[in-house]
Amino acid sequence: MKLNIKDLPKIPERLGPGHRLCSGCGAPIVAKMVLMGTKDPVVVTNATGCLEVATTIFPYTAWKTPFIHSAFENSASTAAGVEAAYQSLKRKGKVKEEVKILAIGGDGGTYDIGLQALSGALERGHDFVYLCYDNGAYMNTGIQRSGATPRGSSTTTSPAGEAVPGKQQFPKDLTAICAAHKVPYVAQGAISNWKDLITKASKAFAVKGPAVLNVLSPCPPGWKHADDLAVEISEIAVNSKIWPLYEIENGQWKITYRPRENKIRPVEDWIKMQGRFRHLSRKENHHIIDEIQQWADENWDRLEKMEKATSNQGDSEEKQK
Amino acid sequence: MNNKLIIKPLTGAAAVSEAMRQIDPDVVAAYPITPQTDIVMKFSQFVNDGKVTTEFVPVESEHSAMSACVGASAAGARAMTATASAGLALMWEILYIAASNRLPIVMPVVNRALSAPINIHCDHSDTMGARDSGWIQIYCESAQEAYDNVIAAMRIAEHEKIMLPVMVCQDGFITSHAMERVDILEDDKVKQFVGELNLPFPLLDTDNPVTYGPLDLFDYYFEHKRQQSEAISHVFEVTDKIYNEFEKISGRKYNRVETYEMEDAETAIVALNSTIGTAKDVVDTLRQKGEKVGLLFPRMFRPFPAEEIAEILARLSAVAVLDRSETFSGTGGPMLADIKSALYEKENKPVILNYIYGLGGREINPAHIEQVFSDLKEVQKGNEVEKLTYLGVRE
Repeated sequence: MKLNIKDLPKIPERLGPGHRLCSGCGAPIVAKMVLMGTKDPVVVTNATGCLEVATTIFPYTAWKTPFIHSAFENSASTAAGVEAAYQSLKRKGKVKEEVKILAIGGDGGTYDIGLQALSGALERGHDFVYLCYDNGAYMNTGIQRSGATPRGSSTTTSPAGEAVPGKQQFPKDLTAICAAHKVPYVAQGAISNWKDLITKASKAFAVKGPAVLNVLSPCPPGWKHADDLAVEISEIAVNSKIWPLYEIENGQWKITYRPRENKIRPVEDWIKMQGRFRHLSRKENHHIIDEIQQWADENWDRLEKMEKATSNQGDSEEKQK
Repeated sequence: MNNKLIIKPLTGAAAVSEAMRQIDPDVVAAYPITPQTDIVMKFSQFVNDGKVTTEFVPVESEHSAMSACVGASAAGARAMTATASAGLALMWEILYIAASNRLPIVMPVVNRALSAPINIHCDHSDTMGARDSGWIQIYCESAQEAYDNVIAAMRIAEHEKIMLPVMVCQDGFITSHAMERVDILEDDKVKQFVGELNLPFPLLDTDNPVTYGPLDLFDYYFEHKRQQSEAISHVFEVTDKIYNEFEKISGRKYNRVETYEMEDAETAIVALNSTIGTAKDVVDTLRQKGEKVGLLFPRMFRPFPAEEIAEILARLSAVAVLDRSETFSGTGGPMLADIKSALYEKENKPVILNYIYGLGGREINPAHIEQVFSDLKEVQKGNEVEKLTYLGVRE
């Protein structure tokens, strides 16, 4: 799929305007960009969360594509059911056209409560794409910590207090967890790198079997940043390597974007843009910023190693023969 | 009737999987749990032997089983699953979603006790806990009844006036694992009876996109719940119609409320599922001795055929309601509450005794049933009898 920014407005929008997500929210941009990854009709399943509640306030819907919300933890298993129905009805000739299935969940619905349903659906090999829009907390219920919340972040259940300066743990590595299921395609993306993201979405839709996209989704009220910064803050996350862009395609790890030396930013620059980390600027908390920097560096190193270790996999197997 | 007679020795679980084979649903999503396992195992064999065209989804939990059924049914497929006990409990959240989205999923349930302590044997605490979920509940005495009612349930569920999911319940091990003589219908007859499915508003009609499961606040939610109640109000008339049609192809007649020797009965037992079989035997024996005893079996428990039951029971002097589950309300079992409430408006009311029995598979023998009838006789004589008895427990 060849992408030109001039052509993007020509792609029909499947998530229409008029939804009631917050001004400056990353989630609808994530959803719209990912839906640009295929020309086929798409059935969307959506976990309970911001994107779902704000796009489907009865009697209105912002979705111009078939959409189902069932519960919080079952977007993947609902999609599994839709996919099974599709396979069955297609085989019987009752559905003729090619249809794609996209399951969406936030980080709470994916990293935490929906992880089992996602793991099961990946293992069974349903032909669907799972999209996690990761805004790093339970934003819909009022900014509570999740398994995706960054270390040091102040949320309403990990508040920066007198004794405990925000969330103590680092986030779990959902992308690697999904990759460990050995599904054909897993990728991490960001809305700042639209070409990279839409290309990944089109790869995800194109593969036969499960594909996962984990996309960073800035949240002005949760991250406490100005509502015109979603794209910029994504860009700095990518350039500071706290949110690296990479993909795992048939087992081959590949960093899809390497910030040039002059673009690389310290993680602190990203942290300083967000009120959820404000307390880290205090002297006694500064070590947390160092730890986050170290965590990001180590993560990047590991990605480099994985890329090297899995590159030309086919060739090395050939050589062994 | 020109039915070919096909008789098979089948367990309750096998009878249900046989019905599922003949229905040949588009999607089955299921997870194994004792004592439902035999249904899934046998059905999986049908799938892998190419005996059905079903897309089988061997999910990683019952929560996902019901979620996948919701997705499949909303997509336009005929979807089924089966479960028991903790599996049903794990589905609880999604049971409501299936019913509220008006998705006609049919689910055989093999009744089993809930934990703790863990117990794999029969009682009705699982389905009784789900009685307010918006599902239609049908109870079955035998493997034959389970087979027949799974087929009939498909039509009730999918009827345009209903569009609601149905549980078809049988007793764990007692029915699910006991071999019985089961009359099987010809495959074509079942296929014809259930017919082609054409659900309105399928997700897979991508030219006409619809949104399922929107956020529905105080300005509309109540109206949607009211519509659900309206659908429930048509269940009796539709069930009668479907049961009549089923009689035409099978020669077997089912009723929402089943009675046994009730015409001139003075006292009666109300119970569900396999206990009815044991009780019939006791009624026969007592009848030979000239005692005017009978049985009432609310085959359909949700919606509850209250008027019909009240009509039958109001003229009796004493009734014993046997509950195979405990509500822990301190006032008796779940069926007692419904029976009492059904009789409230009646001028003449029988004395009602409640027996909680058979929890965790504790046996219910003819001797227990005899004791209940003997208690009812004491009531008739004007003697005081305990209103709530834990039958067969060691105190």
